[in-house]
Amino acid sequence: MSDAVDGLRVMRAGPLALLQDAGRCGVRRLGVTQGGPADLHGWAWANHLVGNAWGTPALEVTFGGLELVAERDLTVAVAGADLGATLDGAPLDGWRSFSLEAGQRLAFATPVNGLRAYLAVAGGFAAPPVLGSVACVVREGLGGHDGRGHRLAEGDRLRVTPQRAGRGCELGHEAPSEARIDYRRPAELSLLPGAQVGEFSGESLYRAFNAPWRVDDRADRMGVRLAGPPLSCRMTSMISEGIGLGAVQVPPDGQPIALLNDRQTIGGYPRLGALTPLACSRLAQCLPGQEVRLKAVATEPALEDYRRFRAAFA
Amino acid sequence: MSRRLPRGLPRLEPAGLDGWMVRLFDTIDEANMPWLTALVRECEAAFGETLVDLVPSYTTLLVIFDPLRLSPAEARQRLGALLARLTPDEEAADAPVKELPVWYDASVGPELGRLAELAGMSREAVIACHSERTYRVFALGFAPGFAFMGSVDARLEAPRLETPRRRVPAGSVAVAGRQTAAYPAVTPGGWNLIGRTPAVLFDRDREGFSLLQVGDRVRFVPIERAEFERRGGDARPMEEAR
Repeated sequence: MSDAVDGLRVMRAGPLALLQDAGRCGVRRLGVTQGGPADLHGWAWANHLVGNAWGTPALEVTFGGLELVAERDLTVAVAGADLGATLDGAPLDGWRSFSLEAGQRLAFATPVNGLRAYLAVAGGFAAPPVLGSVACVVREGLGGHDGRGHRLAEGDRLRVTPQRAGRGCELGHEAPSEARIDYRRPAELSLLPGAQVGEFSGESLYRAFNAPWRVDDRADRMGVRLAGPPLSCRMTSMISEGIGLGAVQVPPDGQPIALLNDRQTIGGYPRLGALTPLACSRLAQCLPGQEVRLKAVATEPALEDYRRFRAAFA
Repeated sequence: MSRRLPRGLPRLEPAGLDGWMVRLFDTIDEANMPWLTALVRECEAAFGETLVDLVPSYTTLLVIFDPLRLSPAEARQRLGALLARLTPDEEAADAPVKELPVWYDASVGPELGRLAELAGMSREAVIACHSERTYRVFALGFAPGFAFMGSVDARLEAPRLETPRRRVPAGSVAVAGRQTAAYPAVTPGGWNLIGRTPAVLFDRDREGFSLLQVGDRVRFVPIERAEFERRGGDARPMEEAR
């Protein structure tokens, strides 16, 4: 933090650009949410491509509209959604590291493929940790580039930690093709059934795992509503209890809500179960109107998938 | 205090790749809390570095661990072992009670009159009734430092507002159902407001961050406006308060 220097200046902020590290932990019992990247996969690749360790703060750009100017020579990478990024007006390929020279302009337009792009800079963005984390949670006023939970605004300066020599300096690192997800394809979301799954009617369970679900426009970093056939559950409400990442709760209107990084820490609706971390990431890249399906999975294979994903960044 | 858990409990329920829900009770009760605070401490000791987070709430504890270092089966085993020997925290009758000063007034607590009407008592009686009890913090949630406390005297039980307010001032003291709380920061909210506390409920620069913690015993102490302002309270009415 002390050796941080100016890295980028915000010329145009767009609707929502937030600094995110791996998330805030250890304080959920105080009602403080987790935060962190909505798409762990895209965020992890952006950092990895510039040689940053797991957990380094990177910028989550939702929808686009962001325009940045480099204040010094930087090595950067963009991964996750294709938001029509350009470098000094020329189209820019994602999923690779490249050099951004002082004065050059990096701009994000609108979604082409996916919803959230991640920008990482070699050495990492520098920001004051709040309650142990840089994760930006606007609703709580915690974290982010200024520590106060603010989204980026025009005129903001993003500080960076200069990269250490010999690490993350190499240009042209590319993610393998299997890591580059086509977010326009139908998404199948892995769900680990939870304790209340037996409280749903048989017909509702059949629908839950066989019907197509449409991503509603009520979707943000707290949660994503899914629209489809109504599900009925014998329980309508419960005594409030802790809610994990990806929990799929079903309020009395029968329309499920998948709870993401900025969800409230406790809640009292019955749940079908929990999406896996990678299913949450996939859902976070879906635009309203997109179709998704829920697929019940067992713990072991899901854990195997997650461990394989994390091993790529060890 | 109950020395035993209800029949069929505790139960471990799956909660994703990295979590177990420990269900200790099936009803809300103050006597649950010494069990939950004991379980929190035992989990911290048993999981150490592999622990990611703990969320105690009314009847349950959500345990989040690092699935790269511990499999769900291993986590389950650890929880089973510590639950088998779990005993509730001993609490002395004179255990510390946290005091929250409150200026009860209709200008900062617009539902004071509604509660009086529902209870069929005077506003003064409502204030006395709310402030003479010692409450217990059942859970924190909704917003950082927002403590759900109970149980409020049955006569003061009041449903939430039909239309939540878009903006509830920080420090607002409120009742909903048989629970009471104080809003740490300006947020939307649908609870019945009856007064305001000058206490800072959540402070990122204070050790522990939140004034109130799960399991705490809390009492509300009526104060006058002058004392409220002397302690740094914002006495401006609803719309203007920060």
